[in-house]
Amino acid sequence: MSKAPSLRSSRLDDLGLRRALGDGMLPLLVAAMAFLAALALAGSAGAAALVRHWQQGAATTLTVQVPTPLLAATNAAAGTRLEAVLALLHASPGVTAARALSEQELRALLRPWLGEGAAASPLPLPAVIAVRLATDAADLADLQSRLAALAPGTLVESHGAWVHRLALLARSLQACAWLALAVVAAVAAAVVAVATRAGLAARRDAIEIVHGLGAADTYIAARFAARTTRLAALGGLVGSLAALPAVAGLAMLATPFVAAPAAPPPTFLAALPGELVLGLTALPLFAAAIGFVTAQTTVRLWLRRLP
Amino acid sequence: MIRLDGVGLTYGSGKTVTEALRGLSFSVPEGGFRWLLGPSGAGKTSLLRLLQLAARPTAGRLSVFEADIGRTPRAALPLLRRRIGMVFQDFRLLAHLSAFDNVALPLRIAGRPEGQVRADVTEMLRWVGLSRRSDARPAELSGGEQQRAAIARAVVCRPGLLLADEPTGNLDDTQAERLMLLLKEMNRLGATVLVATHNAALVARHPARALRLDRGRLVADE
Ligand SMILES: Nc1ncnc2c1ncn2[C@@H]1O[C@H](COP(=O)(O)OP(=O)(O)OP(=O)(O)O)[C@@H](O)[C@H]1O
Ligand SMILES: [Mg+2]
Repeated sequence: MSKAPSLRSSRLDDLGLRRALGDGMLPLLVAAMAFLAALALAGSAGAAALVRHWQQGAATTLTVQVPTPLLAATNAAAGTRLEAVLALLHASPGVTAARALSEQELRALLRPWLGEGAAASPLPLPAVIAVRLATDAADLADLQSRLAALAPGTLVESHGAWVHRLALLARSLQACAWLALAVVAAVAAAVVAVATRAGLAARRDAIEIVHGLGAADTYIAARFAARTTRLAALGGLVGSLAALPAVAGLAMLATPFVAAPAAPPPTFLAALPGELVLGLTALPLFAAAIGFVTAQTTVRLWLRRLP
Repeated sequence: MIRLDGVGLTYGSGKTVTEALRGLSFSVPEGGFRWLLGPSGAGKTSLLRLLQLAARPTAGRLSVFEADIGRTPRAALPLLRRRIGMVFQDFRLLAHLSAFDNVALPLRIAGRPEGQVRADVTEMLRWVGLSRRSDARPAELSGGEQQRAAIARAVVCRPGLLLADEPTGNLDDTQAERLMLLLKEMNRLGATVLVATHNAALVARHPARALRLDRGRLVADE
């Protein structure tokens, strides 16, 4: 008999919160929020991967076509037009590589259009230079006019324009995902605040008694926060576990767009990018943090009504 | 120890204002004993609430333990409250806790080590005759047993100021006498004690200085 109280004492529920804040509603709602947050995270991670992939790839490559490469450049001292163009490209800031495609590469490129006959075609082929840029910010119009001055008819073709639009779309999707996350976090905080206020109202007598016995706000707020933190963490865990299949499925669908083409198709969970795994792991912790901070704030504000 | 200067207390706000206390001025030295007398509704409970720091005066100056309560920051009040024991007229035990845990509450709030809590509470429950009921919840206790648990909770911290609101209301004469012995013993050990009561026989058996209230005013202090 005398042992029992001491065993329970460290978890003594002196405010009776197990019942006042104990129903399954709070964890359930937080789980739903965490589920939505996980989906938003997956969307954001997917969009981020696409943006990254596109920007590393196509956005920073240019094709320069020189129509009659072997004629002398406008400035004859610069050699042939091709040589002049290559030299100017190499000297331009932001250009990391510029390489003229060989005859074979060119014919291979044209084969789908010209058929096998392309190999023997008498058509004069333009020179095609593949250019790689450090960033996608180069001023293409300026480059084009400087090149055309050396070799009239030279065309600079950027792959960046449509990639830019796609990247913009992906970034907007990402922003929406973050907005959704923020809204979900705010709703979760509101849910915890409502539950805490209901608990405060239900246990008002007990709180006043404990307050009268000399309990500081810290003591009472800690009781509430311990409870909501635990319930919110539980909800966050359940929510992100529930979202795992959906998120992994999405990641698997996205793999062909972001992985090297030669990579073998990934297994189910391995498809999850590292940052997404991190995000899903962080969700319960984040839910717990929301539970803690919200309950602390709500209780401390409420307690100001007591002297 | 206790000093009041023109202290007033009103409940409510706007149209429904009740003036429970008005212009109270008196003092009680450290180690003093006072009866608090007056008809029902005179303001005895309200005065004890002020002294317990459960309400702040709406007028005048109140100092307890040499602290001017009107100017003491809110964060400093819990430590003062822990030096005050209060037996409520309606007991105010926590319904979901056993008698043991109810009595242990002030010690645990004060952060005393669990070993000391166990020893003190066991001793206290034995003293009020509740040893065998220590696992019972308040609803399972008789009115008198609840009152004794409330008394045990008030004195277990050895408070410097002990306030009792109608503490013998549910006790038979023997129990009431036993309680008076406890209160007097606490008083002899240095605690300042105020006891509000309607029990004229008890006051007659234990004559002491009395504060007499009527309709919120102090009408006698002798
Ligand atoms: N919480 C409250 N809100 C409004 N009025 C109150 C409140 N508590 C007490 N009062 C009023 O204040 C006055 C004094 O009440 P108080 O409880 O202090 O009297 P009392 O002397 O303790 O009476 P009793 O002997 O019946 O316990 C009464 O008129 C009462 O109606
Ligand atoms: Mg009263």
